[in-house]
Amino acid sequence: MDFQLTPDEETFRSEVRAFLDENLPPAGERSPNFKQEWDAKVRAKGWIGFSWPKEVGGGGGSIMEQVILKDEMAQRRAPPLGSCFMGLAWVGPSLIEYGTPEQKARFIPEILDSKYQWCTGYSEPDSGSDLASLKCKCVREGDEYLVNGQKIWTSIAMWSKWMILLVRTDSESEIKHEGITCLLVPMDSPGIEVRPIENMAGTSMFAEVFFNDVRVPVENRLGEEGQGWQVTVSALAHERSGIAEFHGLMHNLQKLKELARRCQKNGEPAIEDPEIRRRLLRAEVKVEAMRLNGMRYLTKQLRGEKLGAETSINKLHRANLEIELGEVALEIEGGLGALKAGADAVPDDGRWQHMSMSWPEVVIGGGTPNIQRNIIAERILGLPKD
Amino acid sequence: MDFGFSEEQELLRAEVRKFLDRSATLEQVRQIMAGEAGLDRSLWGQMGELGWVGLATPEEYGGSGLDLVTLIVLLEEMGRTLFPSPLITTVVTAKAIELAGSDAQRAQWLPGLAEGTTIGSFAYLESSDRHDLEGIELRGQRDGDATLLSGTKQLVFDTASADLFVVAYRSGSDRDDVSLAVVEAGAAGLEIDHFPTLDATKRLGRLRFEDVRIEADQRLGEEGAAGAVIARLLDLGALLVTAEAVGTAEGAIATTAEFAKQRVQFGSPIGRYQGVKHPLAEAHVDVESFKSLVYYAAWALDEGTRVASQAVSRAKAYASEALPRIGLEGVQLHGGVGYTAEYDIQLYLKRSKWVRPAYGDADHHFEKLAAESL
Repeated sequence: MDFQLTPDEETFRSEVRAFLDENLPPAGERSPNFKQEWDAKVRAKGWIGFSWPKEVGGGGGSIMEQVILKDEMAQRRAPPLGSCFMGLAWVGPSLIEYGTPEQKARFIPEILDSKYQWCTGYSEPDSGSDLASLKCKCVREGDEYLVNGQKIWTSIAMWSKWMILLVRTDSESEIKHEGITCLLVPMDSPGIEVRPIENMAGTSMFAEVFFNDVRVPVENRLGEEGQGWQVTVSALAHERSGIAEFHGLMHNLQKLKELARRCQKNGEPAIEDPEIRRRLLRAEVKVEAMRLNGMRYLTKQLRGEKLGAETSINKLHRANLEIELGEVALEIEGGLGALKAGADAVPDDGRWQHMSMSWPEVVIGGGTPNIQRNIIAERILGLPKD
Repeated sequence: MDFGFSEEQELLRAEVRKFLDRSATLEQVRQIMAGEAGLDRSLWGQMGELGWVGLATPEEYGGSGLDLVTLIVLLEEMGRTLFPSPLITTVVTAKAIELAGSDAQRAQWLPGLAEGTTIGSFAYLESSDRHDLEGIELRGQRDGDATLLSGTKQLVFDTASADLFVVAYRSGSDRDDVSLAVVEAGAAGLEIDHFPTLDATKRLGRLRFEDVRIEADQRLGEEGAAGAVIARLLDLGALLVTAEAVGTAEGAIATTAEFAKQRVQFGSPIGRYQGVKHPLAEAHVDVESFKSLVYYAAWALDEGTRVASQAVSRAKAYASEALPRIGLEGVQLHGGVGYTAEYDIQLYLKRSKWVRPAYGDADHHFEKLAAESL
């Protein structure tokens, strides 16, 4: 065991730190154009798409450099690197692996330059956790595909210019994973209708998307016909060790401790309450366990092995913590926990109330906790498949 | 950056596993635990000869001079088969003599402890159940060059097999005025009571001291100067207990998963049902997590980093809560046969009853963390 960085890695870390010292003003002192300027600066450093190969315009960073960059950024609570969130998360990686030279040349620079948003058309009303059962109908007519069907839970669909879409091109296939094809679709195509869904936190982050005879040129197909499942899974399988999440969680815990010092419970500061203490400390121990689990996964990657089902472990911790932190916060607040943003008595401008109503974004997002438990039980413990 | 074991360490793991698979199947473990001292001296002697008992003892005193990261590999494997051995407390005892003793004292006791011919136990806990310096009340009174010890230590590990004890005693009224001495099991004035334990693979007892006479050459270091060493020994003990608990948790999960693959109900192996899968998955999440915490704690203690003690407390707090849960789930998922003495899963549940309080329960370690964190 050895937690030392190599001299080159240390140099890189110093470079990142120096950049942050120079270019990251404190949260209250940022100009309205800050994010745009920031994206341009980190783009010039090659830090957007840092893990992507240099040939496509990425940064070509080593695994360890990627971790250092993310870790330093997260520690200083820097904004995300780039603004094309899903483009950077999985559209880009899918393009790099399966895209034609034309597709790469067309889309990758625009993702790196944060020109517009991509959204992700995977889930359907009848295909959530069981994604491979998706039905959105697609038939080929000459040089075009004709798409009819519906997607749901499509995050930021209303602000996106493009969608990465999974459709069924072969409904005869006996194996449901086959017969799925991946298309890249302009959101202004005639026949697309976007209906935002209001969530329980009172905001609209995702939408239903309807397809009525939407025509997509064949050249916008990503990968071969029937290869859509692989295209998608391989992009989602660029599993990360998740180490950088540590700082965000620790920041929240720090804020929670401050809250517990300010709020009264039975006439005493809530931080003196044995149950509150235990819950805060247990959460902190879990956050540290997540960080160290991540270090073990990183070690595996550095030794040249691929990550698999073990990343479900930290996803479960992450999900549990997201719910627990919101709950413990409201318990610390006592009666004030029933208020929400806008009430002048609400602590911390209602951020904990918001957290306690928006956890599904993190918890349900990339696979529900029960799906993660199935993955662990089947792929690690070897129990029979459902 | 490498947070994993070396090839040599993995090799050791394979060797230990082979040895235990041959010599310490659960059937053999049941025989050992039925014996009076709960120990197979000949197996223990073999482990001494293989260099495992003295793995972390310096080479000049007959040990292998390896680090704690290597030692926890051994403990994990022993925990997996619930192997009854006084390794944890012997290692802590040897460390006490190594840290606080003179060269002559090290030369006198460490080789026997490293070879497995002497079994040692560290006696610190008293009726207050405090795992800290304040809890040490056993009185040491000077009598010329000698010291007379009076008081009671309880829940001392492996009293039935220990040949000598390192005893923590109070030599003055200041909080830190605590000292260490070596006391042989047969010392005049020392009464040893052996308790029956829920987990017969782990023995506990009580030491009653009535003017037990300690000569100067039995005292480890200056009187009143042992506080820092004792704090390190408590960290070390908690680390070793947790490392062994990793293996125990994995053993319990593997035993239960195997059962769930075989047992058919409603026309299907019960392992297909989510009611069985999900608790086992949660158990796996827990063991993987306190495993990471304990690996890091071992590294931190080896390096002597400032945060080592907190790292140990995180690991032990997590394990103290998780292992009892894993044991209970294991028994429940076995259904009726889980309740029988015949099936092994109950042995894992029983081990959790020993692990939970050993070297401080979750409450103790959370509050230790609170001092730094809240």
